[in-house]
Amino acid sequence: MPVFALVDCNNFYASCEKLFDPRLVDTPVVVLSNNDGCVVARSAEVKALGIPMGVPWFKLKDTAKRYGIVAFSSNYELYADMSDRVVEVLRGFTPNLEVYSIDESFLDLSGFMHLDLAAYGSEIRQRIQVWLGLAVCVGIAGSKTLAKLANHCAKKGYAGQFGVCDFTTISPAEMTALLARIEVGEVWGVGRKIHARLQEMGIKTVLDLREADAEMIRSRFSVVLERTLRELRGISCLDLDEVVPDKQQIMCSRSFGQYIYRLPELEDAVASYIARAAEKLRAQDSLAGALMVFIRTNPFSENEPKYQNSITLPLPDPTADTRILVQCGLQALKRIYRQGYAYQKAGVMLCNLCPHSMVQTSLFADSGNTLRNDHLMATMDRINQKWGRGMLRVAVERAQHPWQMKRGHMSSRYTTDWAGLPKVWAK
Amino acid sequence: MIRVISPCCRSSLHPDEFFVPLSAPPRQYFPLAGMKLSAGFPSPAADYEDKRLDINEFLIRNPVSTFFFPVEGDSMQGAEIFDGDYLVVDRSVKARHGHIVVAFVNGERLVKRLHCRAGRVALIAENPAYPALEMMEEMELVIWGVVVGKFKRML
Repeated sequence: MPVFALVDCNNFYASCEKLFDPRLVDTPVVVLSNNDGCVVARSAEVKALGIPMGVPWFKLKDTAKRYGIVAFSSNYELYADMSDRVVEVLRGFTPNLEVYSIDESFLDLSGFMHLDLAAYGSEIRQRIQVWLGLAVCVGIAGSKTLAKLANHCAKKGYAGQFGVCDFTTISPAEMTALLARIEVGEVWGVGRKIHARLQEMGIKTVLDLREADAEMIRSRFSVVLERTLRELRGISCLDLDEVVPDKQQIMCSRSFGQYIYRLPELEDAVASYIARAAEKLRAQDSLAGALMVFIRTNPFSENEPKYQNSITLPLPDPTADTRILVQCGLQALKRIYRQGYAYQKAGVMLCNLCPHSMVQTSLFADSGNTLRNDHLMATMDRINQKWGRGMLRVAVERAQHPWQMKRGHMSSRYTTDWAGLPKVWAK
Repeated sequence: MIRVISPCCRSSLHPDEFFVPLSAPPRQYFPLAGMKLSAGFPSPAADYEDKRLDINEFLIRNPVSTFFFPVEGDSMQGAEIFDGDYLVVDRSVKARHGHIVVAFVNGERLVKRLHCRAGRVALIAENPAYPALEMMEEMELVIWGVVVGKFKRML
């Protein structure tokens, strides 16, 4: 019988900020989305104040002043490193795991049935707490959907103790009583729309869904929801996705920190996005067959003219060469750029990806040159890795990006940058 | 191991012009791998090859729980920790009496020697100019990690 554990970091972004900054020990902390827009993470103190997720920061400023809430811009470099460390610690507990998101992983504990799983869960929790200073909750059950629910119970304190909830040892009667108390919207895979429709049908709790007729669920919703129902009954239908499949598309898009009006600035932005996307493309050893560029104005601004457009251009030969991709991207941009608009966002997508080894070149491709270019790109990636992103770049891309995302409240990159290391006082 | 590369690689002609004779004739590459070569005696040291030393291995026991902190100040001179040194701090080492630790006290990140004996908990400096920091009941002390090494660049 399979057993899964879902390990989930509590208030992950906020916890990372608190870990390195001694002034934040009992301070309410929020982390803001790109361009310091909305609250995307809250520390326990902020949750206790009843501040919901997603509030725009500007609406929160008065409250923040009153309670001394400290806001941070998203420090992705820090969160990514801490996330990697969490995964590394988890790999010490089982070789089979799936990194589900930046702060959640599924562990396959099927081979560990001889152990007290709840105790094993506590050990996981303890080790991450001590080694990394981050609090996690652990949910253990016979299917991924139930493990996710067990994790929810551990976090909310509905069942289990000390942040660990093991469904495999709960009696069927207790389980039934527990599921009757949890809203069906908490189930993994039940989104807002499905939730509303289930409500209409009188399926309000997790128990209601578990006891519903599987055939009916499949015909009125989908096979996917039917599978969720079976998983709730403890029949494991979803395996671990241990290997992340290579991406079929690579996207890079961002809102600007300030509006852009002129073509040269847009060119700068598009070129830098392409450079970033091409780097990712090469990292997975693929080539792109086509490239999409889009630009748009702010869809929410009421008194300014709106415009958005996108264009996809095929590439003559599949390539991962930044120079060719940028050239093609700038042509695409020129075709959709219209003067007189305040652009708020641009993006690029590399599509029709294929593995480098399976490429079919055109009749006129110059294979000798391609090889040289591959070396050039690899060298460029190495230089940028060593000396920092953008050290070597195509000339349209500028050194300074005035339009860059606003991260006005960013903490330093405590673990990934020599200049950002946290100082200790010898005093 | 033969590699033939055409000596003429660059062209002054614009590639867009029509009917330009091939300015860079196709080069022929032979794979380097896949052909076994032996020239001269095999190295007598081949069986004794060792990995070159890695400073990380020397300084870091448990990379996943290790973090670096630069030092500012002179209160730990007696423990040979100087201004500008980088501390190697391992959170997986359990802090004990006598360890040098990074601690959060009153909103500050400090490096001190940990003293916990006979009910007394204190953070002690290794420089007579600095008094020991006694921990009282209501004080908040977070032992962040144990200092397991230090390093510095000289040039």
